[in-house]
Amino acid sequence: MLQVEGLTLSAGGRAVVETVDFTLAAGEHLAVIGPNGAGKSTLIHALIGDLVPTAGSIRLAGRALADWPVRERACRVALLPQASALNFPFTVAEVVRLGRGPHASGTVADRDIVTETLAASDIAHLRDRPYTRLSGGEKQRVQLARVMSQIWRAEDAGDRLLLLDEPVAALDLGHQRLVMRQVAALADQGVAVVSVLHDISLAARYADRMLALRDGQTIAAGTPAEVVTAERMQCLFDTETRVITHPDTHTPVVLHG
Amino acid sequence: MSPRRLLWLLAVALPVCLLAAVMLGAVRLPALDVLAVLVGRADGMDRLALIVRQLRLPRALLTALVGALLAICGAAMQGLFRNPLADPSLIGVTAGASVGASLVIVFAGGVAGFVGLSLVSLGAFAGGTAAVLLVYRLATGPGGTSVATMLLAGIAIGALAGSVGSLLEFYADNEMLRRISLWRMGGLDGANWPRVAIVAGVSAVIFFVLPRQADALNALLLGESEARHLGIAVDRIKRRLVLLTAAGVGVSVAVAGAITFVGLVVPHIVRMLIGPDHRWLLPASALAGAILLLVADTLARIVVAPTELPVGLLTALLGAPFFISLLRRRREYGL
Repeated sequence: MLQVEGLTLSAGGRAVVETVDFTLAAGEHLAVIGPNGAGKSTLIHALIGDLVPTAGSIRLAGRALADWPVRERACRVALLPQASALNFPFTVAEVVRLGRGPHASGTVADRDIVTETLAASDIAHLRDRPYTRLSGGEKQRVQLARVMSQIWRAEDAGDRLLLLDEPVAALDLGHQRLVMRQVAALADQGVAVVSVLHDISLAARYADRMLALRDGQTIAAGTPAEVVTAERMQCLFDTETRVITHPDTHTPVVLHG
Repeated sequence: MSPRRLLWLLAVALPVCLLAAVMLGAVRLPALDVLAVLVGRADGMDRLALIVRQLRLPRALLTALVGALLAICGAAMQGLFRNPLADPSLIGVTAGASVGASLVIVFAGGVAGFVGLSLVSLGAFAGGTAAVLLVYRLATGPGGTSVATMLLAGIAIGALAGSVGSLLEFYADNEMLRRISLWRMGGLDGANWPRVAIVAGVSAVIFFVLPRQADALNALLLGESEARHLGIAVDRIKRRLVLLTAAGVGVSVAVAGAITFVGLVVPHIVRMLIGPDHRWLLPASALAGAILLLVADTLARIVVAPTELPVGLLTALLGAPFFISLLRRRREYGL
């Protein structure tokens, strides 16, 4: 569904991401990990068409990303940004409804989708509150609900891609789990997911595959068990760690050394 | 309050205010006689019919149109800049128009105008639009138009225009100074049918096109890249909004001088009542702006009758305390 080949992205004459390759099938979740400044967010922004590749290609459903009309692309690709600039007192439901903007699915269907995504993000009780009065974590969940409403229904668009830039950075432990499970539920319905996550253990728990970047270079790519090793954490983050296997999920868990 | 209810209220209040504006003034006219003139049955009321048709009616219509234009353009600007405290003067329209008007007053005092617009009005319109185009050019680079740069460029152009204006005042004589300062205060006393026709023409385009950008403006409040990710052609929308608001504010400054606070305060009041959704905000602001300016202009005509106060003085007098209270209460309002 998503094919990235030899992708190179430059800013100010310097390559921020260099010759990254991966393919993603419907329903797969790829987690991108790496230290600050490794090019993770840059990669995400290229996948939604904000940045033009210096070299290489991004193909969505067999068609070059740049060739998609913006509106049709918006029906298929949604991005949860790190932070939001919204400072007008929209109600929570109004913010989430904005995600339905690219679709012409009608008021009734849109209202149902807003209700469903609010429930999925555990913010149904905030429905009529002004967005500007929410806490950081609540705002993050409202934005997630907005982004999910954009790609909620398979009948709107078959090939759907969800991009998450640090989706759980502002959330408490319980809501981190809730959000990641909701993302997994979307993936089960055929949505391909690319996420940037700083919590390696969380990424390993929920992603099908991982991509480790440092200075824009691919350090490792593969299943969580293949990517997450103590040596690789040393190489990526320049710090001592221990990697153990979770007794229940059998996914790698990173402990501080 | 529900948005639908507010729109209904305003739509009922506007004709009432229009009628009151035609009735009240130095000479008070009976409502029934005014209505009779308006429906064309003015037998035996020549003097009254003349006052209504030639003076009060064009003035009331011009006032309503200018108020509506200023308010709807203010609402669109605040959405575009994602800043609830923005108003059209922020991108240099008012400052440019002021320099244009001053230039004409100082250097071409006695020259006649063109289809009902004095040369001063034309100077103001030219100055206002030139300033906006300059600001827009300054803020547009290969990567699109930066809203933040537009604000800064607007401030710079405003400061430049301010000093050119001061320079002109330095060289102006007493009579010119008085005309410049009267122009700055704004006024609708130059109302006539050709002016109504010009403003109505521009208004028709703006009232038709601006509300159609409501969904795009809502998405823009999230941020420019978020709007783009929602399928909005952001640069095209920005260009359209800047041109429309420049034309709207430019033409109202040209016929009525610098009327402050309508474009800033009216969208605010409406937002406090029904929230920031532009699908309701834009039409409700237009109606409320028309009503506010009609009330202010009617007051301006009757408080010191038979002379009149500049209406800009009244809108600022009504608007400034309100704005200060708004700043003090911005937390509870959700900003």
